[in-house]
Amino acid sequence: MSGGHHDHHHDHAHHPELSFWRKYLFSVDHKTIGIQYALTALVFLFLGFCLMMMMRWQLAYPGKVMPVIGNLFGEGNMPGGVMLPEFYNALGAMHGTIMVFLGVVPMLVGGFGNYVMPLQIGAPDMSFPKINMASYWAFFVGGVVMLISFFVPGGAANSGWTSYAPLSVLATRGQTFWLLGMVFLITSSLLGSVNFIVTIIQLRAKGLDFFRLPFFVWAQFVTAFLLLLAFPPLEGAAVLQLMDRLAGTSFFMPEGLVVSGVPQAYAGGGSPLLWQHLFWFLAHPEVYVLILPAMGIVAEVIANNTRKPLWGYRPMVYSLIFLGFMSFIVWAHHMFMTGMGTKISAFFATTTMIISIPSVIILTALVISLYRGCIRFNVPMLFALAFLPMFAIGGLTGLPLGLPASDIHLHDTYYVIGHFHYVVAPGTIFAIFAGIYHWYPKVTGRTLNSALGKIHFFLSFVFINVVFMPMFFQGMAGVSRRLYDQTMYAHGDAVQSLTRMSSWGAWMLGLSQLPFILNFFMSLAAGRKVNQNPWEATTLEWAAPSPPPHGNFATVPVVYRGPYEYSVPGTQKDFFPQHLATEA
Amino acid sequence: MSVAVLPYTVKPHPVTGVYSGKLGTWLFLASEVMLFGALFSAYVLLRVGAPASGPAAWPSHDATELSWKIGGFNTLVLIISSVTMVMAWASLKLNNLSKARMYLGLTVGLALVFIMVKLLLEYIPKFQAHHTPSHSNFFGLYFTLTGLHALHILGGVFVITYFIFPGSSLWKKDPEYYTNRIECTGLYWHFVDLVWIFLFPVLYLL
Repeated sequence: MSGGHHDHHHDHAHHPELSFWRKYLFSVDHKTIGIQYALTALVFLFLGFCLMMMMRWQLAYPGKVMPVIGNLFGEGNMPGGVMLPEFYNALGAMHGTIMVFLGVVPMLVGGFGNYVMPLQIGAPDMSFPKINMASYWAFFVGGVVMLISFFVPGGAANSGWTSYAPLSVLATRGQTFWLLGMVFLITSSLLGSVNFIVTIIQLRAKGLDFFRLPFFVWAQFVTAFLLLLAFPPLEGAAVLQLMDRLAGTSFFMPEGLVVSGVPQAYAGGGSPLLWQHLFWFLAHPEVYVLILPAMGIVAEVIANNTRKPLWGYRPMVYSLIFLGFMSFIVWAHHMFMTGMGTKISAFFATTTMIISIPSVIILTALVISLYRGCIRFNVPMLFALAFLPMFAIGGLTGLPLGLPASDIHLHDTYYVIGHFHYVVAPGTIFAIFAGIYHWYPKVTGRTLNSALGKIHFFLSFVFINVVFMPMFFQGMAGVSRRLYDQTMYAHGDAVQSLTRMSSWGAWMLGLSQLPFILNFFMSLAAGRKVNQNPWEATTLEWAAPSPPPHGNFATVPVVYRGPYEYSVPGTQKDFFPQHLATEA
Repeated sequence: MSVAVLPYTVKPHPVTGVYSGKLGTWLFLASEVMLFGALFSAYVLLRVGAPASGPAAWPSHDATELSWKIGGFNTLVLIISSVTMVMAWASLKLNNLSKARMYLGLTVGLALVFIMVKLLLEYIPKFQAHHTPSHSNFFGLYFTLTGLHALHILGGVFVITYFIFPGSSLWKKDPEYYTNRIECTGLYWHFVDLVWIFLFPVLYLL
C-alpha cells in the first residue's frame, strides 16, 4: 500500500466551514449528494404515483367528472373535469418515464449507491467528487426539462414511455422535451456510473478484496456497468429521433407514410423497428438496473436480521455478474409481435429463459438464508421479506411473456403491466423502503418509529396486491394496456369491476403512505437517538459515526474478514464487524 | 478545501496499476464506443433495409458527392494532431512545459483546420445543393454522424485550450497531476481520431 497512504494525512479538524451553498446545495460530499438524490427521487416517486392515481380515476369511472381536483388542470386537459384521451396518454407516458428514470434509478443508484457504497468499502468519498456533483445536477436539469414539458403546447410526451416511432416522431412538442430531458438523464447516469466503477476498483479499504465486498456493493458494481454500456445507445437513438423531429430526417419513418389520410412529408426509407431495437437495447438492461440494487438492499437486510451469513454468497455474486452480461442479449423479447422472424424470436426466447436462472439462484439463496435464522421482524426486515414472494410473482409471471407462443395472447395487455409492476412496485419499491428504514439511523442518527413503520408496511402490503393482482386477470381477458376506456369493448366491460378494484386499491395505497411521510419527517426531530451501529451489523458503514462526518471515518478502516460474519461459533456476540481484528 | 483528500488521484494504484482518472477515462471511452456503435449499427440497418429503387433507395456512390480527397485530407490532419498530442505528453514527461504547450497549440490548430475544411468545403456546399439531412437517409446519417463527431472535436478543442492557458497553472503545483490530465485528454483525443478513421471509409469510400 505504498502508493496511497502517504496521500492520506489530512486532518478533518482543519477543514474551514463551508458556505451554505457549498455545504448543502453544490456539495461534493458523496453523502450530501446521496441525500439530494434520494430526496429528489422521493419527490418524483410521489409525483409519478399521483399521475397514476389520476389515470386510475379515468379507468375506473370513464368519462366521469373527477371529484375535488378535476377542475385544476385547465380546459385543454380536462374540460369540465373530464380527462381528455390526449391528457390520459401524457399521464401514462410520464408516469412510466418519471418512475423509471427520475424515481427508482436515482433512488437506488444515486441515493443508496452514493450514500452507502463508499461507506461500505471504507472510502473517504467517491473517486471523482466534482463529477459526482455534476451527475446530480445533470439529473436535476433533466427532471426540470421533463416537468416543463407539461406546460408546452400539446402537453407532455404522450407516446408511451417507450416512445415508439413513427407515433413519437409525429407527436406534439412535449416529445422533443422528453428527448432533451433523456439526454441530460443519460449524461447524469454516465457520469455516475464511471464514478461508481472507479471508486469500487480503486478505493476499497485495505484488506477488502472483491469477495469480501457486501452484496450491495457488488450489485452497484454490476449495475454501474449496465448504466455505462446500455444507456449510450439510447442517447444515440434520442439523437436520431431528435433529427427526425427537428431536421426532418426519416431514420424511423417508413416510405409513403399516411396519417389520417394525410401523406407525411418525409423522404422515407427509415425503419420504425430500428427505434425499438435501440430503445430496448437500453431498456432491458434498465430492468436489471431497477432490480439488482434492490436485491442488494434486501441481501443486506436479510443477513443482518437473520443473524446468519448469506447462504451462497459466491454463487449469488456469480449469478449477479451473469445476469448483468445476459441482460444485454435478451432485449428483443419485447418485440416478438413485430414480425422479426421466427429464428430471431427463438434466439431471444432462449436467452430469456437462460436469464431467469441466475435470478432464481439469487432469490433461492435469499430464501434459504432465512432457514434456521434467528429472525428479527423489524420494519426493514418485513419489507425485505415481502420482497421475496412479490419479486417471485413478478419474475414467474414473466416466463409466459418470454415465450413467443404465449406472448402472442398476452402481449401489450394488462398482464404485462401486472408482471413488471410486481417486479418494480412491491419488488423494488419495497426494497427501497427496506433500505430507507435500515439506513435512516446511519443518515440521521435517529431511528424511524417502528409502530408507524409496521402500519405503513401492512397497509402497503395488502393494498399493493389489490392494485396489481387483478391486472393478471384483466390481461388474460384481453384488455389492452393503453386503453383510455375499456368499457367501449364488450370483453373490457366484462372485467370493469376488476379495474375499479385496482383503482380503489391504488388510492388506498396512496393513503397508506401517509404514516411513512409523517414518520419520515417526525423522526428527523423526534426519533429515538441511536449509537453508530443500532442494528448490530458487520459491514463497514456501521463503523463510521452516525451521521458520518466529512471524510467518513475517524481512522482509516482495515478489513479482516467477510461481510456477513454473524453468529460465528466461539465468539461472545452474534456479530463480528469486518473492521475488527479481534473481538472487542 | 472541500474535497476530501483521495488516494490514487495522481499516483497509480499498486494493484490495478493506474490512477483513478485514467481508469475513468477508459470507462468513459467504453460508453462512447457504445454510443457510436449504436449509430454505426443504425447505419448498417438502414442501408441494408433501404428499398432497392424509388426515392428512398440508398444513393449510388457518385450521387453522394462526397470527395474522398477532402475526407482523406482531413483524415491526415487528424492523424497528425494525434501525433502532436502524444508529443505534448512526451514533452511533459521530459519536464518541458513550454514545448508541451506548443504541441498542444498545434493540436488545437489542426483540429480547427479539420473543422474549417468540414464546414467550408463540405457542409455549406451540401446545404447549397439542397443535400440537407432531410434529403435522404444517407445525408441524414452523414450529418448526424459527422456532426456528433465534430461536437466531440470541439469538446476536445475546449479542453485542450483550457490546459494550454488557465489549466497549466497546475503544472507548478503538481507536475505529475498535470501530466496525467494531458494523458487522459490524449486518450480522448485518440478516440475521437479513431472514430473518424471508421467514419471516413464508411461514408466516403463504401
